[in-house]
Amino acid sequence: MAEEERGHVEAHHHDHEVAPENRDVEETGHYELMATAIRELLVEKGVVTPEQIREQLEFMDSRGPALGAEIVARAWTDEAFKERLLEDGTAAVDELGIPMAGLELVVVENTPDTHNMIVCTLCSCYPRTILGLPPDWYKSKSYRSRAVIEPRAVLEEFGTSIPENTTVRVHDSNADMRYLVLPMRPEGTGGWDAERLAGIVTRDCMVGVALPDASG
Amino acid sequence: MTAATPEERRFEVGDEVRVALSHPPGHRRTPFYIRGKTGVVERYCGAFRNPEELAYGFDGEPRRHLYRVRFRQHDIWDGYDGPERDTLDLEIYQHWLEKA
Repeated sequence: MAEEERGHVEAHHHDHEVAPENRDVEETGHYELMATAIRELLVEKGVVTPEQIREQLEFMDSRGPALGAEIVARAWTDEAFKERLLEDGTAAVDELGIPMAGLELVVVENTPDTHNMIVCTLCSCYPRTILGLPPDWYKSKSYRSRAVIEPRAVLEEFGTSIPENTTVRVHDSNADMRYLVLPMRPEGTGGWDAERLAGIVTRDCMVGVALPDASG
Repeated sequence: MTAATPEERRFEVGDEVRVALSHPPGHRRTPFYIRGKTGVVERYCGAFRNPEELAYGFDGEPRRHLYRVRFRQHDIWDGYDGPERDTLDLEIYQHWLEKA
């Protein structure tokens, strides 16, 4: 219940003895209960330890789009690395000490001829090891269906206009690969070092719904 | 776990392939919208344990060849609102593919 809604309810019951609801206690949903039950069983049966679960959570929380930005900036400043990255993304990011944790990375390059964007229509597959947790819109049914049906309209809503003579290529991340968009290096960044370049590579650029902006 | 020899690989990059127009029940990684559509193999991704078996606790062996297949948006959607050149790539397991 939203704060104002609660205020509304309390205002109407001001002359009654109404115990305020405890906001810290919320009803546990079915899937949350099932997940907890499975976790407890796995621990009880010795399949995983609580420490392993905690370590994995810590590992996932330590991931964020800064790693992806580092990969892109490196590719922009090192042509040989870029070639290796496009050839075998998993091996190339491993060179930078960034583990893909058992997933295969495919890096797709934006060019004047082709703009790439990523979606997972079946669920919300996302390169979490290099971008962190996906944003809510990436997981929404709206994005997941519309990105494949009308990608240009979706891009426009993100403020991204792709010319008619550029191919829009949607990648449905529906199985075992994870995708990262390598954006085009913007004009006017000629003298920039990798660190400064990484600063303009946002998460949305690497999902392919935005373009890096060097004007800021 | 021992890695069983994967099934024989049937497609190469550049092959024209059609996705089976099939609607088996259960966990499938082939989206409905692409079933029955024709595209071109863009890349071979490797052999992976079959997620349609893994989902039910089986070992997913033998591993299945996975391809990235490129489709023209206008071949997927009637009335696609964009240029002819727009495309969509997705990953399809070999057992869903036939030569077009």
